[in-house]
Amino acid sequence: MIGLLPVFRRELSGYFTTPVALVFIVIFLFLAGVFTFQLGRFFERGQADMVVFFTFHPWLYLFLIPAISMRLWAEERKTGTIELLLTLPVSLSAAVVGKFLAAWAFAGIALGLTFPLWITVNYLGNPDNGVILAGYLGSLLMAGAFLAIGSCISAATKSQVIAFIVSVVICLLFMLAGLKEVQAFVTGWLPQEAVKVVGSFSFLTRFEAISKGVLDVRDVLFFASIIGVFVAATGVVVNMKKAE
Amino acid sequence: MISIRKISKRYGTGSASILAVDGVSLEVGPGEVLGFLGPNGAGKSTTMKMVTGFLTPTSGTAVVCGHDVVDDPVGVKRAIGYLPEGAPNYPDMTPAAFLDFIGQVRGFAGAEKRRRIDAVVERVHIGGVMRQPIETLSKGFKRRVGLAQAMLHEPPVLILDEPTDGLDPNQKHDVRNVIRELASRGDVNSGRAVVLSTHILEEVEAICTRAVIIAKGKVLVDGTPAQLRAMSRYHNAVTLTLVSPVTGTGEPINLAGELGSIKWVAQVEDQGVRHVPVSAAGPGGPRQTCTLVPKGGRPLLADVTSLAKSKGWAIETIAVEGGRLDDVFRELTLGDEPREAVRAGGAA
Repeated sequence: MIGLLPVFRRELSGYFTTPVALVFIVIFLFLAGVFTFQLGRFFERGQADMVVFFTFHPWLYLFLIPAISMRLWAEERKTGTIELLLTLPVSLSAAVVGKFLAAWAFAGIALGLTFPLWITVNYLGNPDNGVILAGYLGSLLMAGAFLAIGSCISAATKSQVIAFIVSVVICLLFMLAGLKEVQAFVTGWLPQEAVKVVGSFSFLTRFEAISKGVLDVRDVLFFASIIGVFVAATGVVVNMKKAE
Repeated sequence: MISIRKISKRYGTGSASILAVDGVSLEVGPGEVLGFLGPNGAGKSTTMKMVTGFLTPTSGTAVVCGHDVVDDPVGVKRAIGYLPEGAPNYPDMTPAAFLDFIGQVRGFAGAEKRRRIDAVVERVHIGGVMRQPIETLSKGFKRRVGLAQAMLHEPPVLILDEPTDGLDPNQKHDVRNVIRELASRGDVNSGRAVVLSTHILEEVEAICTRAVIIAKGKVLVDGTPAQLRAMSRYHNAVTLTLVSPVTGTGEPINLAGELGSIKWVAQVEDQGVRHVPVSAAGPGGPRQTCTLVPKGGRPLLADVTSLAKSKGWAIETIAVEGGRLDDVFRELTLGDEPREAVRAGGAA
């Protein structure tokens, strides 16, 4: 992983030298607020927890995370800087992982900035902070999984628009895999075992468990392996497509 | 310092594949400035991309300062400073932030990093724009930022892909000066090898100690720019202009015929008679210009002047050509059949 740290630093500071960071964070916090207070009826529920806050995260991420990931590699390929980056003494894996981690750190910063809600909940009542921590952890893991998928797709195209749209669609498939409708759809023509496998890929189901405070090792491992597989795939795709 | 060994690159597979580079072998030593010439699509950039470790060769390899690019690409990348075609850099960054990033990647920190950035900034004269986003800079400045990036670690090998392409004449001049300076500073650092690609022939004459022409992925010629020019049919050609090309009795001189009788003239190109108005430079009237192409590049000047003297011609200008590089270039690269590599100088 030669050169990982400089790549990570450059990429992360890159978000803040442009309006990208500001726009993203403002919109993320605004939408998180709308979902929590308007749709989730945070106050009316009268419960000192952050369940409604986390419930909407998958939907929030569905559109916002591909907006971060779309530029990761598509932009490098479009502007030709990929040639510069990959002829510096940086290994391909360091470039891929460094960029992914920077995007993940950025998503983490945006997520971290929702801390006033946590303070509010603690001020108003006595929530189970362990559950809240698990929620944040789950949310961060899910963001990483979305980012890894988006990073891989971004590497396959020079167009950020295509990267965005395809990422949204694929992330949506992963999210909905566990819904009754999807299960009913595949039950007709897939064997029972395969239906289970499809269902097990559901981000929604797994995230729901974590956000309720059930920190199952299997769910954590699931997100971690989605991240691992798609980051590795990003490396393969970058290597294949860099010459074009 | 650079040893390219039978390197080949094939894009695609099956019948649709294109052999972009076809077994190119080259050695570049310290102190050399090698100009890589060829028409667009000849394989110049692809070769450079393989040597710098960006693309993996289909077969063959390149060894740079003892590192094999196939086995140890990062070692090669450490030894090389590379300016990719079009000098891509991150448009949102300032040159200061960009060079800082390059410094970190190259493994410098603290005072050492600052010293190197300061030195390179001074060398390419970008001190005044360090805090401006790169996207707001002119093309010439962008190119200089690219050069600064390539030179930051004082690499023993510099590879520059079309370093002056798309610049205006002043910017080209500046960039060439920087490159020339870099190459000459090389001997201080026990010799630096510079490889640059271009399709501008004057550039080769201006800065290169050696020129390699490639076309269709193969090396056609390898020699000094002077040797290359000697391959031109215009090498040692004489062009002369006569004032009032008439004999004493008023008959027009059969200039082409007279000159054609000189022993080693292969061909006379008569550029005709034109009329010049009276000016401070001399009397007006007709002028006739002919170019004599020699057989086998033999010198003609002595014969031409003695003939003119014996006939009593009034010569206005007379000039000997060194040869036309673009001529050599066209002749070599337009041929349909792939040729065997020619060692310029050896054949001439």
